[in-house]
Amino acid sequence: MDNNAHRLKRRGLKALHLVGLFLAMLVICLPGLWIVLNSLRPTVEIMAKPPVWIPQDISLDAYRNMFGGAGQGGIPVWEYFRNSLIISVTSTIIALIIGMAGGYAFARYKFKGKSAIFLGFMLTRAVPGIALSLPLFMIFARLNIIDTHFSMILIYVALNVPFTIWLIDGFFRQVPKDLAEAAQIDGCTRWQAFWQVEFPLAGPGIASAGIFAFLTSWNEYALAAQITRSVNSKTLPVGLLDYTSEFTIDWRGMCALAVVMIVPALTLTFIIQKHLVSGLTFGAVKG
Amino acid sequence: MAPVTLKKLVKRYGNVAVVHGIDLEVKDREFIALVGPSGCGKSTTLRMIAGLEDISDGVIEIGGKPVNDLPPRARNISMVFQSYALYPHMTVRENMGFSLKIGKVQQSEIDQRVNEAAAILDLEKYMDRRPSQLSGGQRQRVAMGRAIVRKPEVFLFDEPLSNLDAKLRTQVRTEIKRLHAKVQATMIYVTHDQVEAMTLSDRIVIMRDGHIEQVGTPEEVFKRPATRFVAGFIGSPPMNLNEATVDGGRLVLKGGQSLPLPIEFRNKVVAGEKVIFGLRPDDIYPTGHGLSSGEATDVHELSLPVSITEPLGNETLVFITLGEKEWVSRMLNPRPLAAGETIKLSFDLSQAHLFSAETGKTLRS
Repeated sequence: MDNNAHRLKRRGLKALHLVGLFLAMLVICLPGLWIVLNSLRPTVEIMAKPPVWIPQDISLDAYRNMFGGAGQGGIPVWEYFRNSLIISVTSTIIALIIGMAGGYAFARYKFKGKSAIFLGFMLTRAVPGIALSLPLFMIFARLNIIDTHFSMILIYVALNVPFTIWLIDGFFRQVPKDLAEAAQIDGCTRWQAFWQVEFPLAGPGIASAGIFAFLTSWNEYALAAQITRSVNSKTLPVGLLDYTSEFTIDWRGMCALAVVMIVPALTLTFIIQKHLVSGLTFGAVKG
Repeated sequence: MAPVTLKKLVKRYGNVAVVHGIDLEVKDREFIALVGPSGCGKSTTLRMIAGLEDISDGVIEIGGKPVNDLPPRARNISMVFQSYALYPHMTVRENMGFSLKIGKVQQSEIDQRVNEAAAILDLEKYMDRRPSQLSGGQRQRVAMGRAIVRKPEVFLFDEPLSNLDAKLRTQVRTEIKRLHAKVQATMIYVTHDQVEAMTLSDRIVIMRDGHIEQVGTPEEVFKRPATRFVAGFIGSPPMNLNEATVDGGRLVLKGGQSLPLPIEFRNKVVAGEKVIFGLRPDDIYPTGHGLSSGEATDVHELSLPVSITEPLGNETLVFITLGEKEWVSRMLNPRPLAAGETIKLSFDLSQAHLFSAETGKTLRS
């Protein structure tokens, strides 16, 4: 009897747990689903009041138009995509290289003003990006680098470096110092010891820093909206604005472009996530 | 071929010196142990020999050549770390062959040498496992295998047994000794455990506060400790040490009681001199229960009450109070003793040690 009541209580709790999880996931996923859904149906249905929950009229028109070129409501989506890709990938690679060098230095070496420099890096994260937009615009205008890939890459590297250094520093700290020393005794130079032993072990951490840096650059809007002007450098988030005009907003087109933006980011995260095996350093020392 | 010589070796961190100009000659193929309490500079010395720490002053020679400016990889050494430091992303085979791969040795030779080492250490079954899939003792053996494969002239061990449990420690200790007999290389072994040092090495270097206290064979440091520190450090249970003052032909212990001055030291001390008197537990024994040294020449008998006993089976440690201190005596072929029981104890003063109270150095010349 008592046992039964106990079991019932446990089942009830489990059900509650699942319902709670479902609700949480609903809140997180619904906007995404709504965007996908809205990209497939006409504006009338999107704007209908009361809302139409079950889509009636599904078509891929928005996507067709988007890639259809000017005149049919098309936007230069390939150019935007290319800009986004060039800017995000380049800035991520640079931020990772600097992050690895910096993170390694912070993790392994003692030098003057170490904690002050580290704190300084962290403080830069406290400045809201939008506060930088006007000064950056003025400086870049003077330097004549408005509306170039270079200016955006520069901004994103500066934005991401403190974060990648901080993250990668943490991962190098987890790699025991003994390993690099053992490698040096085994015949490696300092440089070889890094690439043969420390880098592979910190790899998952570096990959996650890469994902974060890439997503930050890929999704960033506020600064890109100020500095980019034309197809020369406009990125996808800025491209969303092409769907607004003086009197109307093409919600369907906007949602379709959002989907186009999300897909590569999601794919990349999935691919790299597999490599984020934690606990790889386990077994190096005693234990 | 590879003696190791330290000449006036100094290590400073900022203004703080942790190794104060030590001199040491390790002969070719010798097994030498650096032993001392933590913070005595033994690990730092080893790391300087390995090239992992800069040398602040002095010279290190390996095989007759100064190596001060050579990186670790050029010194032809191997090191076994306390933490093992196995590469977690490589299998046992890759771990052991890593140094040869870096040295661009032919794959066939790598395989051969790795298999050889695996056979010596009985690791063949585990060659394709990762370090995380091995037990502590197996990891320790892989670490040794990695060192052997390199065929170095000098092996360095940095407290390699301290992460193992007591039983494994004895096992691996024997393996290290066997390894030394087999590979015939110079070995320098750092430990804080005097038993390891005594059992393994040809000679022991006892260090304290960055100085060498004594260098000698296990027998020498046990029987003729050069300082009071060595006397207290080597041997288990440690030597009984007690402050005393010379008064005519007697030693007055701190706390009042007195013993005759050991014959050996009669003309080496002067009246009124303050000394440290030392006698090992083996040399104080309930009369009739000592080592069978038939012709002990300088034995003194005292009747004293037993405070406690620690039976160990084949022997019993008997604690007694003499002067201000508690003394340990070793009773062979033990019989049950009650606390408080007064027994006759023989003090074999021919084995006694006297150290200067001022300098801590032995008064035996």
